[in-house]
Amino acid sequence: MTTEQKEDIIVKARGVTKVYTMGAEKIHALRGIDLDVRRGEYLSILGPSGSGKSTFFNMVGGLDRPTDGSVEVDGCCLRELNQKQLAWVRCHKMGYIFQSFNLIMTMTALENVALPRIFAGESPSEARDAAADILKVVGLGHRLTHLPSQVSGGQQQRIAIARALVNKPSIVLADEPTGNLDLHTGEEIINLLGELKSEFGITIITATHDMKMLSASDTVVWIKDGRADRVARKGEFEIAIGTIDGKTLA
Amino acid sequence: MQQQTIPEQKHVSWAVTLNVSWAGIKRRFFRSLITMSGVVLAIAFLTYMQVMNEIVQALVEARDPVLDAILQAAGVEIHEESSNDSIVLLIILSLLACFVGIVNSMLMSVTERIKEIGTLKCLGALDGFIVRSYFIESSVQGVAGTCLGCILGLIVSIVVAFSSYKGHVATHFPWVGVFNALLVSLLIGTLLSVSAAILPAYMAAKKQPVDAMRVEE
Repeated sequence: MTTEQKEDIIVKARGVTKVYTMGAEKIHALRGIDLDVRRGEYLSILGPSGSGKSTFFNMVGGLDRPTDGSVEVDGCCLRELNQKQLAWVRCHKMGYIFQSFNLIMTMTALENVALPRIFAGESPSEARDAAADILKVVGLGHRLTHLPSQVSGGQQQRIAIARALVNKPSIVLADEPTGNLDLHTGEEIINLLGELKSEFGITIITATHDMKMLSASDTVVWIKDGRADRVARKGEFEIAIGTIDGKTLA
Repeated sequence: MQQQTIPEQKHVSWAVTLNVSWAGIKRRFFRSLITMSGVVLAIAFLTYMQVMNEIVQALVEARDPVLDAILQAAGVEIHEESSNDSIVLLIILSLLACFVGIVNSMLMSVTERIKEIGTLKCLGALDGFIVRSYFIESSVQGVAGTCLGCILGLIVSIVVAFSSYKGHVATHFPWVGVFNALLVSLLIGTLLSVSAAILPAYMAAKKQPVDAMRVEE
């Protein structure tokens, strides 16, 4: 592989396995997943519940450690990092978007978005300035001092997207980002993610069931029984109602 | 590829943590009031017992025959060393109930906010930040509750003393003794609530970032 090709890969998973011990029983959530994610790509992870999809997603996000194998993100092997280094990676390199938005309900939009910058060591006033700028980008410049409970679901997810992007991460991890939104709002969020992907040059990794998200994806990975069952690039998968390329969605 | 050196995440200063926690305390005001009420009542009781004791002692020491008659009518043993054991036991019990109350309500607020703690960790918060913010939150509640309890206890004891002994209380008011009693209540209340904050803060910091992914509310 040439250096140029190497640099192109932002997430490199090799032989990722995860075994949970429940009493005497061992549960193999992941049985060795190899996956490369290219920089700037929009990748969707697909799989029924219990397939290991969420487990793998959490490994890539540095939220969980594999039993065996390695995950390299932007040139650093997550396995070798201590707690404080992992916190640094989560703060500077990753942005997280959750299905249920996970905004801090007692904080305004501005305070929510400023948090990652405060954790990165910025003063609260600088952090709020940066937060205000990014909230304008996601179209919420007029909602800065609103509490999450005072705005709609779609707007809450926009605040969450602003919060994920405020530290200029290399990767944004979105766990079912449209799961709690209606069809129309979900589509708006997908379009926004797509626009921000090109604008900020970020890589987006989502775990999803949403067909609309699949059509926006550059790559789709199917996870089944703890293995990467199939990887398809854009154009290699067709979307039909209820099925994808003959596979029924769970 | 060469493994790049990843720096360690830096701690957020106490000042900034205080800033962030304060916003939470303000907006969770009614929830905080419930936690605080336990402290207020326990410390008010402690203050009341102490202040009443000081006032009665001052009246007894006045050696005034008219006052002695009133005191005896009120059931005060003037010429004997009265046993305070049962009162001390009552005070200790009420303080214990207050301690358990703070620990319990703070632990509940940790459980309620598992997802929030997970989210904060996803955003780059260190364990230290979580410990500090929970510690600040319950300490502020404890100290505020203690102050309110001191005031409440003082007011109630003075009102009760005046209704029993009338103007004699004013002429023989034990300023130094009451001041000391308030100081003792303030100290005990603060110590109690700050130490009750330690366990919940520690439990909160043990939550994992992956808890943010929980779907159930």
